[in-house]
Amino acid sequence: MTALLPRRGLAQILALIVILAVDRVVSPQFFDLRLQDGRLFGSLIDVLNRGTPVALLSLGMVLVIATRGIDLSVGAVMAICGAIAASLADSHGLPVVLAAALGAGLLCGLWNGFLVAVLGMQPIVATLILMVAGRGIAQLITEGRIVTFSSPDLVWLGNGSVLGLPVPVVIALGMLILTGAVVRGSALGLLIEATGGNARASELAGVGTRAMILSVYVWCGVCAALAGVIAAADIMGADANNAGLWLELDAILAVVIGGTSLFGGRFSLVLAVLGALIIQTMNTGILLSGYPPEFNLLVKAVVVLAVLLLQSPKFSGLAGIAARLRRTKA
Amino acid sequence: MKGLPPVLITAIVLVAGFVLCALQFPNIASTRVVGNLLTDNAFLGIVATGMTFVIISGGIDLSVGSVIGFTTVFVALAIERWGVPPLVAFVAILALSAAFGAAMGAVIHVLDLPPFIVTLAGMFLARGASFLLSTESVPITAPVYSTVSDFALRMPGGGRLTAIAIIMLVIVIGGALLLHLTRFGANVYALGGSRATASLMGVAVGKMTIKIYMLSSLLAGIAGIVFSFYTSAGYSLSAVGVELDSIAAVVIGGTLLTGGQGSVIGTFLGVLIQGMIQTYINFDGTLSSWWTKIATGVLLFAFIALQQGLVALARRPVAKSAGAAS
Repeated sequence: MTALLPRRGLAQILALIVILAVDRVVSPQFFDLRLQDGRLFGSLIDVLNRGTPVALLSLGMVLVIATRGIDLSVGAVMAICGAIAASLADSHGLPVVLAAALGAGLLCGLWNGFLVAVLGMQPIVATLILMVAGRGIAQLITEGRIVTFSSPDLVWLGNGSVLGLPVPVVIALGMLILTGAVVRGSALGLLIEATGGNARASELAGVGTRAMILSVYVWCGVCAALAGVIAAADIMGADANNAGLWLELDAILAVVIGGTSLFGGRFSLVLAVLGALIIQTMNTGILLSGYPPEFNLLVKAVVVLAVLLLQSPKFSGLAGIAARLRRTKA
Repeated sequence: MKGLPPVLITAIVLVAGFVLCALQFPNIASTRVVGNLLTDNAFLGIVATGMTFVIISGGIDLSVGSVIGFTTVFVALAIERWGVPPLVAFVAILALSAAFGAAMGAVIHVLDLPPFIVTLAGMFLARGASFLLSTESVPITAPVYSTVSDFALRMPGGGRLTAIAIIMLVIVIGGALLLHLTRFGANVYALGGSRATASLMGVAVGKMTIKIYMLSSLLAGIAGIVFSFYTSAGYSLSAVGVELDSIAAVVIGGTLLTGGQGSVIGTFLGVLIQGMIQTYINFDGTLSSWWTKIATGVLLFAFIALQQGLVALARRPVAKSAGAAS
């Protein structure tokens, strides 16, 4: 399990602590927790709860990015699966609803994976197709309306609690442990990293790169489906236009903040989820501080730029040149 | 002659689609409808022209929709609140958006980062900045706006070729000339073919990258001004998702997303195809607007699959000889 918590996560943990401290300054009650009706309440729980969809998406996205791919369609897949879950919720039991929604996510992932792994399309292009068409499909399912439901089982998925924690948080935690156990408990994670590092070399070395790429997109689709069901359960309805809108960008951002390179290779599940939490902590902090939520985008842009600077292969080189220049001047 | 076969296919799809539409609704085949189609898609045509350059050079620009949104808000506020003459406001915003594009190009080149993530940051930045300026829709009442909106060339059959449609056509033609007839255009292709090769051949890769993203943002700025003419207002949420529409138009127009091949004319045809689908759905009345997205997605898939097939065909002899050598 040491692979799950690498030492390189220090920067992310420090960043989270700094942002939490800033949040504490703008909102003195930030760390307050209280137990009510067997459930914890407070800003921290709120951060965890609201961060769940992006955290789930980033779990799938980080594997896709590790193979040097990208999945732009996760937001649209969320909308599709949320729509399916909402339209089935009142007529079928929870198992059927979940199976249908997750099955749809699996199919979406299979489609993306097929385009990338079998037809050899560029990932950004291949997933663009579903990103564009997916929202249309979701609207087809909801017939353009916002489908609402009252099935207590499905509502529990979004608003219930287990051992004081909101159900979405427990689900996300479960998925993190499950994904971690599968990819790090076996050689799978290593093979995925090998595929991203150099697909051709890995193939020659006997790695089934096609199967690897196909399966990460399928997993990404399933994670997106789960996020979509939770998002729908949270608002007790499916809004095909707005469910998961722009969340693909947040998920990619979370992965990048988590230190996984967009050029594939080494990845970390825990840090990607931590990245999602960092984003959500910032969002909540901005909301609590009373600044207009519009600041979110500006702050995010600055964060992306900062992370990019730190990750840039040239940055260390530039720093070296600057140091040398200073030395020659002096 | 680069990219001609895919362009031909795009043209055939457009003509065939138009004939099918016209058979079902004879009224579609009128200059009135075509004129409206050009007006409604003027900003998309302009922004897609810039996107064509970026994609042929092997990059992508996700920030264009946000730049359009920022431009409309900036222009509206400058004219209505700050009392700046419209022309000065236009020059200022064009300079600003060109500088924005140049900055993104510089970051992409100097820090050697994927254009996707840099322009994503640019997208957040421009959209956030427009939210900061104003979150409400600001109507523009300057006289120049009503003059431009009223101006139109009469076409035979009662159609109106509006000022913004003319601006779009001029930019498309200018873009086509720039891409196909100048050294700059040749360098764009070279960059998309292979950066390393282009650099060895003496193309100033850094300068070109900066210029290409500058061009894309500049055209997005112009598209923003055109959009403000179109809606007579500035709104920070306008043109959300236009980057996707323009990328789709570029791909449907036969430009290779890996770079190195494509044409501005193809992109223009791609914009027209999207406009035609929208027009058909409007005429039909029973179909919902979400069919536009599905149809665009299907077309995207068809064209990308086609490109993939063409590329595979083109590479086959190379792969064979490489196999023989090893």
